[in-house]
Amino acid sequence: MIIRKERVNDFLNGLRAGYRLYAPVQTQAGPVFAPVNGATGWSWPAGNTLKSAKEVFLPQTETLFTYRTSLDGVQVEEARVEGRVVLLGVRPCDARSLTMLDKVFAGEGVRDPYYTARRENTVVLGLACNEPCGTCFCTSLGGSPFGTAGCDLLWVDLGDRYLVRVLTDRGKALVEGRPEFAPAGDADLAAARELEEGALGRMGTVPVQGVKEKLDRLFADPLWDRVYEKCLGCGTCTYLCPTCHCFDLTDEVIDGLGVRLRTWDACMYPLFTLHASGHNPRPTQKERFRQRIMHKFKYFVDNFRETACVGCGRCIRYCPVNIDIRAVLAEISAG
Amino acid sequence: MKNPYLPLPMRIEKITVETEDRSLRTFSLSFLNRADAEAFGFVPGQFAEVHVFGQGEAPFGIASSPLVRDRVEFTVNRIPGGVVTTALHNAREGDIVGLRGPLGNGYPVQEFEGKDVVIIGGGFAFTTLRSLTWYILANRERFGKLTVLYGAREPGLLLYKDELAAWQKRDDLELILTVDRGREGWQGKVGVVPAILKEAAPSAANAYAVVCGPPIMIRFTLPVLQELGFPPERVIMSLEMRMKCGLGMCGRCNIGHKYVCKDGPVFTLAELSELPAEY
Repeated sequence: MIIRKERVNDFLNGLRAGYRLYAPVQTQAGPVFAPVNGATGWSWPAGNTLKSAKEVFLPQTETLFTYRTSLDGVQVEEARVEGRVVLLGVRPCDARSLTMLDKVFAGEGVRDPYYTARRENTVVLGLACNEPCGTCFCTSLGGSPFGTAGCDLLWVDLGDRYLVRVLTDRGKALVEGRPEFAPAGDADLAAARELEEGALGRMGTVPVQGVKEKLDRLFADPLWDRVYEKCLGCGTCTYLCPTCHCFDLTDEVIDGLGVRLRTWDACMYPLFTLHASGHNPRPTQKERFRQRIMHKFKYFVDNFRETACVGCGRCIRYCPVNIDIRAVLAEISAG
Repeated sequence: MKNPYLPLPMRIEKITVETEDRSLRTFSLSFLNRADAEAFGFVPGQFAEVHVFGQGEAPFGIASSPLVRDRVEFTVNRIPGGVVTTALHNAREGDIVGLRGPLGNGYPVQEFEGKDVVIIGGGFAFTTLRSLTWYILANRERFGKLTVLYGAREPGLLLYKDELAAWQKRDDLELILTVDRGREGWQGKVGVVPAILKEAAPSAANAYAVVCGPPIMIRFTLPVLQELGFPPERVIMSLEMRMKCGLGMCGRCNIGHKYVCKDGPVFTLAELSELPAEY
């Protein structure tokens, strides 16, 4: 289907009756996903958002439940997940990361009710990448700038109009019968194909072939003594990473009301694994750096037969000491 | 969908000071809701998150017998600077706490059936071994010879002293108690656990060994077990890690691709030897 750009506002305003809209909103630090009121106050991101779309499903801080204790017991009130959401402008790498988070939070075995409810309630409207960034390497990891994994709809910017690919029933329900859309013609499809080929041609590549098999025997390798050295342990890479999902659970008491909070946490921090006894299984930044690489490129593969990196490049762009995961992967690959 | 983050409300029915240094107490918790009590069942070796409201949660191995259905017991060491252990030690009988569990895999008790079981514990790590011992005693005919070797630095630091005294009198288990330093009137052995194990030399034929204790004890006990002929597949261990969710999601207890909270805390020595030594 096709929607002309001047009709997008009408479409979004029409959605507001049934959905809350989340879209990239500019902040001082950069664009992040936030609730918006229809057509204004946000923009399609040039490149990608600063923080990934994961925070719409796994917020940086969220209340899981509140409680009040008394002599007789405790009254627990579960936090409710808000209603239906349309998430606008998710790049294919971020959309694909959701399929990986699904395996952790909504897969076989125990499910996380908060994440699962948000996934079920949210329609993901993807936006294809006509212009990959210099740090992008999604194609090396099985993704694509025009990839559809994790998207309900994929929009392709054709200049004065968007080509809309309908991928799921949930996506179909959003656009079906809406007067803003018209059937796509051969010229629209050809234009999208040309953009896709152009984007693929400009995409960087990283040698990741055989990295998992290499890592199977590299745990004790001297390689780790070198690659971690610059790392400050700031954790920026993990917070911005669309597949990193480690979290902390803490209690706060405000005016007698107990709040059980979940907040993002990171394997890059020394306190993350520190036992109360003082023992720490990952005592230096070397073990913590190794854990991050191992988890994405070996442990996740062992558990879910998939690499937990989508090649979005955020960790490369925002690392304060210019650690480049592409170089680490190249070194592992050559090792 | 059942929310795995919500705690079951529990009342602290009884607090028992276990050791002379008062650093270990056993908390006997009862369910506030009858339905929770009926639904709660566990295997020895499983653990639970105990929630001190306003302070936080911490994971503890379940120390009581799975056959006792109305109480769940935890023996907690007070760790200086440990938020939850300190809060628990400051709690009083009658206080309300939360409980999430049971979590983890537990000891492979079904595999133990028809076999001898050698339980080897050190210090305050005897908690889930107490649960296991009670389980075997309650289903005694299903198991072969039961040997329990339990050591502490000194007699005053042994847990569950009344129960140990009662076990001494039974003829359906061999209980060997040992301390590093004896004192007047001490009737057990004097010596570290690995040395006493070597001396006792339980048969490895058709037997499982279950080992839980401080790292130094484990390090010197494993070679003795190997010498006695216990294959790594029949040496069972239980690991401790810092944990939060207990569900295999929050990411802090993994050793290689395994999560101690979900895939453990019980592993065979053979399984552990496949994992990086990052614990």
